[in-house]
Amino acid sequence: MNTPAIFAAKGLADRLTGLFWRRPRLFLALLLALPLLWLGVIYLGALAALLVQSFYSIDEFSGMVKEEFTLKTYAELLRPSNFDVILRTLVMSASVTLGCVIIAFPIAYFAARFARGRWKAVFYLGVMLPLWSSYLVKVYAWKLILAKEGILTWAAEATHTSGILNALLALPVIGGNSLSTSYIGMFLVFVYVWIPYMILPMQAALERVPTSMLEASADLGATRAQTFRTVILPLALPGVIAGSIFTFSLTMGDYIIPQIVGNSANFIGMAVYQLQGTAGNIPLAAAFSMVPILIMLVYLTLAKRAGAFDAL
Amino acid sequence: MSDAVEFQNVSRHFGAVRAVDGVDLTIQEGSFFAMLGPSGSGKTTCLRLISGFESPTAGAIRIFGENVSQTPPHLRNVNTVFQDYALFPHMNVRDNVGYGLMVKGVGKAKRHEKAEEMLSLVKLSGYGDRKPSQLSGGQRQRVALARALVNEPRVLLLDEPLGALDLKLREAMQDELKALQSKLGITFVFVTHDQHEALSMADSLAVFSEGKIAQIGTPADIYDRPRTRFVADFVGSSNVLPPTLTRALGGPESWASLRPESVRLAEAGPISGVVTGLRYLGAATRVSVRLHDTDVAALVPAGQDLPREGSSIAITFDPKSLHLMEGT
Repeated sequence: MNTPAIFAAKGLADRLTGLFWRRPRLFLALLLALPLLWLGVIYLGALAALLVQSFYSIDEFSGMVKEEFTLKTYAELLRPSNFDVILRTLVMSASVTLGCVIIAFPIAYFAARFARGRWKAVFYLGVMLPLWSSYLVKVYAWKLILAKEGILTWAAEATHTSGILNALLALPVIGGNSLSTSYIGMFLVFVYVWIPYMILPMQAALERVPTSMLEASADLGATRAQTFRTVILPLALPGVIAGSIFTFSLTMGDYIIPQIVGNSANFIGMAVYQLQGTAGNIPLAAAFSMVPILIMLVYLTLAKRAGAFDAL
Repeated sequence: MSDAVEFQNVSRHFGAVRAVDGVDLTIQEGSFFAMLGPSGSGKTTCLRLISGFESPTAGAIRIFGENVSQTPPHLRNVNTVFQDYALFPHMNVRDNVGYGLMVKGVGKAKRHEKAEEMLSLVKLSGYGDRKPSQLSGGQRQRVALARALVNEPRVLLLDEPLGALDLKLREAMQDELKALQSKLGITFVFVTHDQHEALSMADSLAVFSEGKIAQIGTPADIYDRPRTRFVADFVGSSNVLPPTLTRALGGPESWASLRPESVRLAEAGPISGVVTGLRYLGAATRVSVRLHDTDVAALVPAGQDLPREGSSIAITFDPKSLHLMEGT
């Protein structure tokens, strides 16, 4: 006996598979329903509410929010005390991003080019492990490490390098009483907590550059430096940009590290935290929140125009 | 003529794996040299030893008489067409081709002019502004060729460059590569696992087996007089006869090879067997005859009568065409 040419549909699984085959759009709709609800309504909706709030203002006498559209709140951002906060946050975010790029690149390059098998596992574990412990614990740990009585000061004394440490702390603006109360210390902690977000996309981008491409470059007469500049860097750039989006925006929005480490100067995140809490100035808090978003949009536009995504 | 490349007892071991094991080799200047062998036989490692991406574990490599053991790839005037072409995806075709000049500091105008010249050499004029992703496989292959030729290398290495192309394109490229080589006079070293490609293109070739050279010679040497069973098997299409059959056919007790085109079919004779298969090849038909448990192929030109499968048939051949091989 021959087996049948057409099988009868049996059960729900057969019927559903048939339905999805006849109506591919139905499958797509089911696939996207939940994420669209999340992304569209809850996430973008919240962002839109934020945008609307930032165009309201606060009544100076009653302290109540006036629900009328005005640019008054944005004008307040330009007041020197507020503008300093924005500038300070921007400079710190840019420095942290640069610091992350410089430290992450060799690690990512090693992982993408040389690490195999067990070393690859060591790499992933090493990069991810800090992410498993609480962010607050890490920041407080760093505060102790960087404190005047901390292990770094002790290590500097033990190795007779206190001179270098003191010279660093004597630097204007970024120096301070001790590392834990200076911008240098804050920079170190920021780089520490965000660097995994730089390493992983960088490593993914570098992994996609085949070895034969580097060999082709050398084969055609390029030195290592030329290969780095003309082949590796352009091809890794999308990964670097992706990582910098993380480090940049995470630093700009953070309100814990500037409170614990550093000289208690205000940062955007802290300003938002205070304005929506104790001060009750929701419109200004919303306007402050829009700043990192705008800065990221400008940054991405510039990166795109510079050809950073051409290799994608 | 001098020697373009010379290997003296060269080995390259990866741990316990002897990828290349005591290879002696000379490649004449201006020749088209093929390295033929199955995958893992060491032919690509030999190529990478010439380009400098591998260093020998033992032995010496000379390029135009100079020992290159301390010379990094970028200082060797040897260029490679990579198997996957390795075109730079973020550069257009012109910049890809001009890359070798760019890293040497040649000015933009001169670079573009030379790139255009190379592109016309590989019949891709006017494609300079395209990105590699906008090209077909065959076009990418030509760009890779143009890029490797722009520095006017003394030796051009080709690592299975035609492997990814379809049959028709591959045959066209074979002719073009051959023409290009005679036009430029550059020494070509060509790695392939395709015996037809190696036999039809090369002036001389080396057959690799397990890191060693099994035989080196002209295509006619290799095809007509395979030194070992491995060479006869790998170069293919020839009948490989075990010692008992060689003896039964009137030879000494030794492995032998017998080309199918020198085997004739006859109605009756002292050597007979059963037809086990017919394969139509166009200009001829390959008839397999079972003799002493071995299938022996005979090539019957088109137009002649063909035996039926399963029928009994006799074969004859010129005893001179029976070629004895080394080994057991």
